[in-house]
Amino acid sequence: MVSTSAVRVLAALAGAEFRRYVTYRQATVAGAFTNTVFGFLRCYVLLSVAATTGQVAGYSPGQLVTYVWVGQGLLAVVNYWGNQELPDRVRTGQVVSDLLRPVDLMAGFLAADTGRAGHAMLTRFVVPVAVGLLAFDFALPAHAVTYALFAVSVVLAVLVCSACRYLVSLTAFWLLDIRGAQMAWVVVSGVGSGLYFPLAVLPDWLVTVLWVGTPFPSLLQAPLDVLIERGGTGHGLLLVAGQAVWLAVMVGVGRLVQRRALRRLVVQGG
Amino acid sequence: MRAQSQYRLSFVLELVFSTVVTSMDLATVWVLFAVNDSLGGFAGPDVLLMVGIAAFAFPAADLVVGNVEKLRYYVRSGLFDAVLLRPLSALGQLSAMDFASRKVGRVVQGTVIYVVALAVAPVQWSVPVAVLVVLTPLAGAVFFGAIFVAGATVAFWWIDSGEISNAFTYGGKDVAAYPATVFGGLFRRFFTYGLGFAFVAYLPALAMLGRSEPLGVPDWLRWCSPLTSLTAATLAGLFWRTGVRHYRSTGS
Repeated sequence: MVSTSAVRVLAALAGAEFRRYVTYRQATVAGAFTNTVFGFLRCYVLLSVAATTGQVAGYSPGQLVTYVWVGQGLLAVVNYWGNQELPDRVRTGQVVSDLLRPVDLMAGFLAADTGRAGHAMLTRFVVPVAVGLLAFDFALPAHAVTYALFAVSVVLAVLVCSACRYLVSLTAFWLLDIRGAQMAWVVVSGVGSGLYFPLAVLPDWLVTVLWVGTPFPSLLQAPLDVLIERGGTGHGLLLVAGQAVWLAVMVGVGRLVQRRALRRLVVQGG
Repeated sequence: MRAQSQYRLSFVLELVFSTVVTSMDLATVWVLFAVNDSLGGFAGPDVLLMVGIAAFAFPAADLVVGNVEKLRYYVRSGLFDAVLLRPLSALGQLSAMDFASRKVGRVVQGTVIYVVALAVAPVQWSVPVAVLVVLTPLAGAVFFGAIFVAGATVAFWWIDSGEISNAFTYGGKDVAAYPATVFGGLFRRFFTYGLGFAFVAYLPALAMLGRSEPLGVPDWLRWCSPLTSLTAATLAGLFWRTGVRHYRSTGS
């Protein structure tokens, strides 16, 4: 079904987005700086919680350090707060020219986002992690296979997040102004993915609901737990499999909503 | 204001969730206390007092001058030229452009948290403490306002600096809401005392609780928040004026 020319077009889109972000040098430096400052902040707060009891929800201080700093690095890679381009194009009607292209709207969106994530991995991920490694004691993975599993998990996290943001953007077809939906997404995904604190500190029933019923833990908590080797390699494989399932679900929902959204689209003018 | 309520569902969602954001800060602190009943050597109600001050001061500053964050877009698009041509204060105009009424909700919420915190924390009431209780959130708002303006001013030189000012505004809000004892090393020295975020909530809260600073900061410094806020506002004002003078449009 997917022809080689379509793959080539998607690869070109990803490459173009990568090169586009290469030109945003100031923004990259500024973003990495901010992630680093928040890394210090969150790291000190969690370590201070761990100071009296020696651990937080089963995470040792070393694991908490890894959790915070790698989390700050991944934040820009996974990119919760994506740009407003697609919803703005829907609002202004420019999306029509996107639909005329021989690339599916959703595939194009995901491909471009992958290019952006690739750039972020080389820049925004490296800086906070390097600073964290210099300033604190990390708990590094004991098995080499963990790194490979982490890499797969990060790719899946990027794709799941991209598919989720695509859904949020599609609400523009109904709402036109998506600031409200965007805000809801930022709040719920941030908490639900373990950005503010490891999900394990929450009550057990809530943790189960989040893992089983929502895609949010797949965005950040899953790759971090894989890297920390929480529950061993077997558990890590389970987490990655869960992410794959959520990717399939989100892409399916995305396609469904896209079909309905495009049916609503009315092109004005000649 | 009316323009924003046009997209009704979006406006309602935004109003609800921007209120939830403030609750999230509170919920995070609550979750951390559920794990452990002290944070940096302080009990829950003490920290709630610091959170309450920051929960009022930051949204209040954001409501009044938060829109200067967008300076970089105005500089890039050349809209700032139009701002300068009008016979009104540039800073005042920037604050009024795109005035976000949804931010009012957060100020109200911050006020409620602060009042509840004052009721549950063991505040050592006296006349000077009562004056401090009134002045502290206002001084904090002025301080954050100064940070907003100073952060935005950087855009005159460095247009994509937005995220850097976020580190000091949103990051500063978090630093201010926790006891300074939580942090360590250079980070504490730089953020809490070097930049003065300890003066927003931590030090005045200590004075209200009648406690000395455990790391040996002199007692009289706990009363200095209004002075540090005025200093910060003056410095930010001077920086802003330098920035405006330095501004050379986007050309053509």
